[in-house]
Amino acid sequence: MTFPKRYLAVAGLLAMVVGIQQLTALTGTAYYLTQLTMAAYYSLLIIGLCLLMGYTGQLSLGHAGFFAIGGYISAALTTHDFSAHGDTLLLGLMEKTGMLMHRQSLYGEPLLNVHPWPACFIAIGMAVLVALVLGVPVLRLKGHYLAMATLGFGIIIYRVVLASEFFGEADGISEVPAFNLLPGLSVNGDFAFRVTNYYIAWGLLLLGLVLLLNLIHSRVGRALRSIHGSEEAAEAMGVDTSRYKLYIFVISAAFAAAAGSFLAHYNGGIGPSEAGVMKSVRYVAIVAVGGMANLWGALLMGVLLNFMSLRGMFGTYDDAVFGIILILIMLFAPRGILSLRMTNVFRARAKTPGE
Amino acid sequence: MKNMFKKAIVAVAAAGMLALPALQAAVADTITVGAILAETGPSFLGVPEANTLRMLTEELNARGGINGNTIELIVKDSGGNPEKAISFAKQLIEENKVFAIIGPSTSGETMKIKNIAEQTETILISCAAAEVIVNPVAKWVFKTPQMDSDAVKKIYMEMNRQNIAKIAVVAGNTGFGKAGKDQLLQIAPEFGIEVVISEVYDKDATDLSAVVAKLMANKDIQAVVNWSIVPAQSIIIKNIRQAGWDVPIFQSHGFGNIKFVQAAGDAADGTIFPAGRLLVADVLPDDHPQKEVLVKYKNDYESRFKEDVSTFGGHAYDAFMILVQAIAEAGPDKAKVRDAIENMKGFVGTGGIFNFSPEDHTGLGLDGFELITVKDGKFALYMN
Amino acid sequence: MDSSLFLQYLFAGITYGIIYAIVAIGFNIIYNTTGIINFAQGEFLMLGGMISISMLQFMPLPLAIAVAVLVTMLIGALIEMVFIRWINNPSVLRMVVITIGISILIREAALHVWGESVRALPYFIGSAVTSIAVFGTRISPQVLIVIGACSIMVLGLSLFFRYTSLGREMRACSANRRAATLCGINVKNKVTLSFMLSAGIGALAGAVMSPITYTQYDNGTGLAIKGFTVAILGGLGNSLAAVAAGLILGIIEAFSVSFLPLAFQDAVAITILLIILFLRPHGLFGSSEAARLKEF
Repeated sequence: MTFPKRYLAVAGLLAMVVGIQQLTALTGTAYYLTQLTMAAYYSLLIIGLCLLMGYTGQLSLGHAGFFAIGGYISAALTTHDFSAHGDTLLLGLMEKTGMLMHRQSLYGEPLLNVHPWPACFIAIGMAVLVALVLGVPVLRLKGHYLAMATLGFGIIIYRVVLASEFFGEADGISEVPAFNLLPGLSVNGDFAFRVTNYYIAWGLLLLGLVLLLNLIHSRVGRALRSIHGSEEAAEAMGVDTSRYKLYIFVISAAFAAAAGSFLAHYNGGIGPSEAGVMKSVRYVAIVAVGGMANLWGALLMGVLLNFMSLRGMFGTYDDAVFGIILILIMLFAPRGILSLRMTNVFRARAKTPGE
Repeated sequence: MKNMFKKAIVAVAAAGMLALPALQAAVADTITVGAILAETGPSFLGVPEANTLRMLTEELNARGGINGNTIELIVKDSGGNPEKAISFAKQLIEENKVFAIIGPSTSGETMKIKNIAEQTETILISCAAAEVIVNPVAKWVFKTPQMDSDAVKKIYMEMNRQNIAKIAVVAGNTGFGKAGKDQLLQIAPEFGIEVVISEVYDKDATDLSAVVAKLMANKDIQAVVNWSIVPAQSIIIKNIRQAGWDVPIFQSHGFGNIKFVQAAGDAADGTIFPAGRLLVADVLPDDHPQKEVLVKYKNDYESRFKEDVSTFGGHAYDAFMILVQAIAEAGPDKAKVRDAIENMKGFVGTGGIFNFSPEDHTGLGLDGFELITVKDGKFALYMN
Repeated sequence: MDSSLFLQYLFAGITYGIIYAIVAIGFNIIYNTTGIINFAQGEFLMLGGMISISMLQFMPLPLAIAVAVLVTMLIGALIEMVFIRWINNPSVLRMVVITIGISILIREAALHVWGESVRALPYFIGSAVTSIAVFGTRISPQVLIVIGACSIMVLGLSLFFRYTSLGREMRACSANRRAATLCGINVKNKVTLSFMLSAGIGALAGAVMSPITYTQYDNGTGLAIKGFTVAILGGLGNSLAAVAAGLILGIIEAFSVSFLPLAFQDAVAITILLIILFLRPHGLFGSSEAARLKEF
């Protein structure tokens, strides 16, 4: 079996990532790395969403909710002072297994927080749990009902974080500590660690990409494409469609939560705007532009559009831009911008949802 | 493969865009000032702030700048989103190499970039009001709005005078509302006041008669404090009066925009709130130290932008003018300007008379506030 | 809970409820003729309010509202003709996404035309403080106007659909498009008409509720979500059920304040939406067979 073509593509992307970083170092424009790093994290969510929307045809208008679950739980656990509960059984256990850490607050008082590693696991775990619980009833729905259910989910998460004191209400959570992945590799927003963080973010994204590409080209992927082509036919062939749809829903939720968690550490904080409807719509728009079933397109568009938005290139028209993109793409190029005037072997197989 | 090739081209083009080094108007006599404001977004604070900054910059440059240095103003619209504020802060500091940053408009955003400003030793003068921005004090971070705790104290002092001891608190669910509610609850015992009910309403709420009914049913309540910066604050006032309830209503300085008064119509008459004197500039006695500054700003802003001044624009005014004064005193050296701001005393601004110190990066106290009421749809000084 | 408090909650609930019902009816009209859920429905209410306020500078109130309704109907027609009409065999996903995009566009356009400030029509009777006594509780007369206007619209619509030939033709389109075409009904025009009708009732509702709720460029989204909840609660496509469902939701929301912190009030509607979607997607009053027959 020849070396899979897709790995070559990934290697190509990796080369480009390194190339860009070197370029910025040479031209003294290292500040671009900040927005590129942030865009990479958002793109992690986007490729997960692309898998969901493109390969199982499920529209999710609430994916920002999973991002928020990941980000907020990581942020809350690593900043909330648990000293008051220090002598309970659970915390005692956590202390012994090294899951807690001691820090100082802004005011110099001692803080007992959860260490970023377990916090991240808990955050992603919660998202997975919620996706499982939500996915079972939601994925039975179709069409508009599915769209509204996911929208409703996103709004509930938004309302919860906006109303809870634990999640900082309207101000969100600040002072989120650095996430030390390994000695020397730390996710934080310090200027000194900028290049390291750039590679961490892109490393995570590339890892996610490889995972998804392998998934698509495996038996699971073929099952997905059959579901996408026709659910009834797939069922007739013995494919357990509801299990696969749930599986993918959970994976996309995990990706979103991971993105949220890491970005919360990178930014040193998170706010309720990350859970808003506009964000979810934005993610859908980006996946649509990139081509519903095209991971590469979604990744590219995710990085490009988020980069531009984070640099303020759209000015006060930020939301309007994504609205226009949505309309234009849906009207003229429902298969994504890269499908215009060029046919492609990959995409001939995976059709856009609902056709 | 064709598709891969096409993607590669697009990607390379994008990368090429990055390779262009940022345009630097690195003229020696330009001072770049950045501003991160919420021009769009939930609380519309950013518009008067941005307008004010642009107006002042133009006027200053027309006069020749500060000792020959012109100011270049870069305004970024964060929409109230903290992640954008962070991205813009880093961009302004590193790429545009700003001398100082004015803003952001909300406390949540300010807290997210407080550390960035400290680390990079960039002067940050925030237009947001939360205590936690300047407490604990960070060397490079200042704010111009008055302290929420002072506003609350002003209200409570008046309540003591009126023998009001049991109150209800309703607050909007924005950062402003939350900060106010926290202060209200925290400070109440000091004045012997009990907060019987405390509720939070959504910034987009369209009708609050249900919660008003709930409050009305509690016969202990002697006054209602409504702390918010969003339009819904006017809705609750209306609902209270429509329900036939004539309870005294106290508002926050978030009410300091005539549009909110107009929205509440007749219901706004008689509400009391602490605010900067900008709103009653015309009726201040002529010998009041702030009068000249206030009247000039009010007239300039209103004639240019055809809308009423608000205290939020005033915060941006103060931030800009303080910065300009410090630069005039100390020259375009960041560390020296920071020191100059920290030691500034007796600066007459719209929010009050500023007296900074190493422990006090707000500069305003109780006397930054005046108790204001609404009479016949206009702001008037509250005479007790 | 004493009777005065109960009545206050009740009236608050009826006020919210009837507004949601109008939005839901707007959804239903378009859904019935096209199978599309128009996410931009809420913006019609916003436009009705905004345009009336702008027109008020030039003409008396009733005329301003009439103009606003007409202009919004034109906008509705325009939307249909520009975005919806020429797409063949639209998939649900595509239509959902397009209407979301349209809703965003209208909202951003409103932001840049009217600014972010909050406006309101003046109270039709009296002012912000007038209240009248009803059954021992006090409410603003505007509330009665809203209830009255919306009830008249509901009545008018049911008469229209039942007794006029135009109305019957539209019902035919919703039952079976192909058969309707075969009967010589110009389906395409009916679709445009349905958009115009939805826009019109939305605009009128938006205008009458403006003094109470204010009009702001982003009023539409929240209303659309609540309206959709109500439409589903009653059973998609069933407008009379939408009225009942609207009142039910409004009243639940109003009474929820007595045992939940106000901060969670909005979550109540969404929770109900999710419960209905999971347990009984065809709504309280719909039948599951009819729902399955309808193509999405």
